[in-house]
Amino acid sequence: MAERIIELRDISKSYGQVYALGGVNLSVDRGEVVGLIGDNGAGKSTLIKILSGVVKPTSGEILVRGKPVTGWSAARSRDAGIETVFQDRALAVQQTIVRNIFMGRELTGFMGFLKVNKEVEEASRLMREIGFTSKVFTPHSIVGQLSGGERQGVAIARAIYKQAELIILDEPTTALSLTETAKVFHFVRQVRASGRSILFIGHNIHHVFDIADRFVVMDRGKVALTADRSEVKSAEDLINFMEDVAHPGGLAGLHDAGDAEQRAR
Amino acid sequence: MSKTMEPDLHEPAAGTSRPSSQKEWKHPSDHWMRGFILDNRASLGTLGVFIIMMAVFMVANPTVFTTWYLYRSVLTTLPVALFVVVPLVFVVTCGEIDLSFPATMGFASWVFALVVQAGYDPFLGIIAALITGLLLGFLVGSLVVYGGLSSLIATLGMNFLLRGLIQIINEGKSMALTSLADSWAYTIFSGELMGIPVQIFWAIGFVVLSAMLYNRHRFGAQVRVVGDNPDSAQQMGIDVKRVRVKVFVLVGIGAAIAGTFSVMINFTWWPTAGDGYLLPVLASVFVGGTPTWGGIGTVVGGAIGAVTVSFIQTGVVAAGLSGFYVQFFNGLIIILSLLGHKWNQARYR
Repeated sequence: MAERIIELRDISKSYGQVYALGGVNLSVDRGEVVGLIGDNGAGKSTLIKILSGVVKPTSGEILVRGKPVTGWSAARSRDAGIETVFQDRALAVQQTIVRNIFMGRELTGFMGFLKVNKEVEEASRLMREIGFTSKVFTPHSIVGQLSGGERQGVAIARAIYKQAELIILDEPTTALSLTETAKVFHFVRQVRASGRSILFIGHNIHHVFDIADRFVVMDRGKVALTADRSEVKSAEDLINFMEDVAHPGGLAGLHDAGDAEQRAR
Repeated sequence: MSKTMEPDLHEPAAGTSRPSSQKEWKHPSDHWMRGFILDNRASLGTLGVFIIMMAVFMVANPTVFTTWYLYRSVLTTLPVALFVVVPLVFVVTCGEIDLSFPATMGFASWVFALVVQAGYDPFLGIIAALITGLLLGFLVGSLVVYGGLSSLIATLGMNFLLRGLIQIINEGKSMALTSLADSWAYTIFSGELMGIPVQIFWAIGFVVLSAMLYNRHRFGAQVRVVGDNPDSAQQMGIDVKRVRVKVFVLVGIGAAIAGTFSVMINFTWWPTAGDGYLLPVLASVFVGGTPTWGGIGTVVGGAIGAVTVSFIQTGVVAAGLSGFYVQFFNGLIIILSLLGHKWNQARYR
């Protein structure tokens, strides 16, 4: 069995009286692509924030490579080899590409001074590696001058710098063009081929279905379904399941109600 | 805006990417001269304002503006301002403001004066002042950051509070420190070297070190990122609160040095020490080209801004106008600089 990179056990998160997550179990093994889907408000974002250490769970246990962790934080998460490409990309737009790639993990030498040349070298290597090269921008370009896809490239370059074991992609294809989406998909396959893992969060179920080895469907703060690829025949299966979960009794029931209303008029 | 760009659509999708060469990263603005101008446009703009202003002054009164005496008097007082302008550039870049530095100057120099008056070596006094500044900076920073207060209002409050404390205890009395003149500390920090007030060399050293800290050090990089996008900085594992507290500590230390220098220049400590610096120092930061919204800034620009602001007062009077014109010209230069910077730098969101 493949090594378990991270495991969440019975994770709950409440904001005051409001439960965002109520007892979620989730694990990611080495070399697999897990697709996380769910409606708005299902708790996907909260779950990602817990995985990346930005938010602390109210209760539950986090295990990294089988060992429970304490004092979970964003820095600890990154040290454990978990990198997140956030939906808003988490870039500082007035800074250069280099400064964004090395945000929070500056390459320093003597007395904390930056190794500027090394950083620029590494940044251009990373950008080439993922195919976000261009004649018009350099590692010194300001991120605010880049297009959406190029900014996504910077965020991804930052995520792969340290050979992360698990990369979390939060809605990576939102607001991207077709070619840019293709690039992201290619990147996901590249990462899997290199034996690392990806947690892919998407609104577009077809996108997730195309790329994931395993699906996790969330609904109202709970995991409603975990299924291997072999158990799901088509994206429509997933969509139907999600509709069933969201509207027990089925959409058909809704239609009937609508029809009845119309008939009553 | 010569660094604008278009996504490179001719690049094949990553799947079939051809081996790219290092050459593709070259850009016209990589030429060192253009790169230098683009990277330093704010401080170069400030330098331009300064040069034009000085040219106007020189035309208005060539005899006064070619005498060394005028420059010497500016070089004596300018260092005091530099020691607080530079740390304030860090604070403003971090997205905060600190209006408590005048009181910190007064408080730290008060400690210095007490130690010297008690008969101890002035070096000991300087160390005591630095520790005082550091602690006050930490206090103010913690109040703002961990108390979750608005830095504008909280530091204004701290300024009144600390100044009030000084006034209550001293009942408005000043301290004369005549023994300072014979001390080693005075020779080293406030003497003269080849007719030039020696404190300007210390101030230049401080500016250079701070500029390196700002541009080439992890601390500076994190200050800029935190000011730019604190949420992202936190998501990337930067201890945002700690960085914020540190910039206030830096102001505390700078204010302590500034206060000590101002006492050494005058041989006297006044309970109002530092008060007059509030507005000129703030003006210097923004005249220097550091924008109000955080994320970017320039230490060297701030220093040039401080030089500009100190020359306005001297210059207006020396140019033959009455002292009543000083405030008017102060305002004029500030407004013109801001307009210039607005045109000179784009804001990215």
